[in-house]
Amino acid sequence: MSTTAKKFDERARGEFAQLGTTRVHPGELLRHPVYTRFLHWSVAIFFILSLLSGFAIYSPWLFRWITPLFGGGPRTRALHPWFGLLFDVFFLFQFINWFAPMAWVESDRRWMKRMRQYVTNDVRREPEDVGFFNAGQKIYFWLILVSAILFLITGLLMWFDDVVGRWIVAVSYVIHDLAALLMLAGFIIHIYEGTAHQPGTFRSMMDGTVTERWALTHHPAWFRAVTGRDSREAYEREKRQEER
Amino acid sequence: MANPRTFQIQEISAHPGPVPGRGTRREDQVCKYIDVTTCIGCKACEVACVEWNDHPFRETTFNDTYQTMPTTEWNYYNLIKFAEDERDGNLMWLLRKDQCMHCEDPGCLRACPADGAIIKYENGIVDFQQENCIGCGYCISGCPFDIPKFHPTTKKVYKCTLCSDRVGQGLEPACVKACPTGCLKFGTKSDMVQIAGLRAKQLRDVSGFADAGVYDPQSIGGTHVIYVLHDIKRPERYGLNANPVIPPSYTYWKWLAKPIGLGMGLLGIAAVFFHRVFYGPKLPQPEPPEFRTGPEDEIEAGRKETP
Repeated sequence: MSTTAKKFDERARGEFAQLGTTRVHPGELLRHPVYTRFLHWSVAIFFILSLLSGFAIYSPWLFRWITPLFGGGPRTRALHPWFGLLFDVFFLFQFINWFAPMAWVESDRRWMKRMRQYVTNDVRREPEDVGFFNAGQKIYFWLILVSAILFLITGLLMWFDDVVGRWIVAVSYVIHDLAALLMLAGFIIHIYEGTAHQPGTFRSMMDGTVTERWALTHHPAWFRAVTGRDSREAYEREKRQEER
Repeated sequence: MANPRTFQIQEISAHPGPVPGRGTRREDQVCKYIDVTTCIGCKACEVACVEWNDHPFRETTFNDTYQTMPTTEWNYYNLIKFAEDERDGNLMWLLRKDQCMHCEDPGCLRACPADGAIIKYENGIVDFQQENCIGCGYCISGCPFDIPKFHPTTKKVYKCTLCSDRVGQGLEPACVKACPTGCLKFGTKSDMVQIAGLRAKQLRDVSGFADAGVYDPQSIGGTHVIYVLHDIKRPERYGLNANPVIPPSYTYWKWLAKPIGLGMGLLGIAAVFFHRVFYGPKLPQPEPPEFRTGPEDEIEAGRKETP
């Protein structure tokens, strides 16, 4: 990541911290500052708008009930590329914002090996080496990057279909749809993990804070990094408190 | 409207010999015949097309050619293309009337994702139904002849209808009606193919065009607009594709992969839902300890007693 982008990101964080506030109560930790939350929800809004309008174009015979939301079929089609473009723009900023914590590290390889136990809830508490993001979240992040690039390239080819040949456009439709299905799969899991599956996670993106117990459970290495306390020790103490 | 065949005479009393006209069949397939060798480039067909379809006047563009504009447009379905060629060291003008070819296997219809936006009639005419069009433009890339055109205001796509409204009333298309040289004809597909074949033979045998032939590309099952060309071996000279094809993805992707993709999406939603039902939430640890040997559940105990 270039220093210019880094500097921009730092400045944006500072500016947004002036615009909004994050209240951290005792026993809580700051997880996502205002700027990160703003980016996440901007990306989310334009992704959902793109997804809905995209479905209406993908198979109108199934999803024509969506088109009135955007003012009819032709207008849905006309708006879709703009939604997509804004999704890409906001994701670019989020990419700069999250590039560093999303870097693949050694502990992620170990996380991948025990993914099965993670999925079946056999791992009740993540091992001590899981940092700010776990490997699953990182995969989703990089998947979005790949999809966003594919969306942009194929989307532009389809947008300016009078400039490029019809075979290129025909191939673009398929790649665009594949990228969408790939992201849809990640999106379903993302929403599920962030809400119903892991209580206490949704507020990290709304209020920006999580409880210390949440951090100890899902991201022990991050807990250690921000509090300076040993995560295992802190967990044992919490446990003793619970049993008392 | 009554089917005309119902009043076909079947038997005639005391009539010797077979019933006249018995067993005749009406051919449904229509076709427009275009003989490029007798076209004089008068553009009467262009004007007739604009008139009949009640299109507004469209600015023409001048590109050092007599051609009205570079391509057909959403409100200009019919355009004579002026291609300059050489024959025996002299200039030869190739005048081809360009419009929708009304393919037997229409690429626009294959590509279209909108329910009911493109239809093909029994007579072979391919027609756009703008009320169902979402303006996605898939038909534009599906067409091997670059015919469908996007209307920036209504955000829908338009093209030549082969005057389906006129044909439905037993009339020929407006362009055919207007043609002064008789290079345009309209009738059944088999009649037009036969006339075209005769004309091509005449060009070969009498007029010295040894390669004259009929353009009716079989790669898309034939078209309902056919051309008689001076040189069938090089249709590119007229701006025609020798072997027009439709990208196969429009069939396989649309009818196979797309529904599978949607099905997988539904399965994904079901999967996360039942994951929650089966495995429960991942609570922040330490969570309250589970009851190993808890107090007897009275309701549960009561249920066991009743059969």
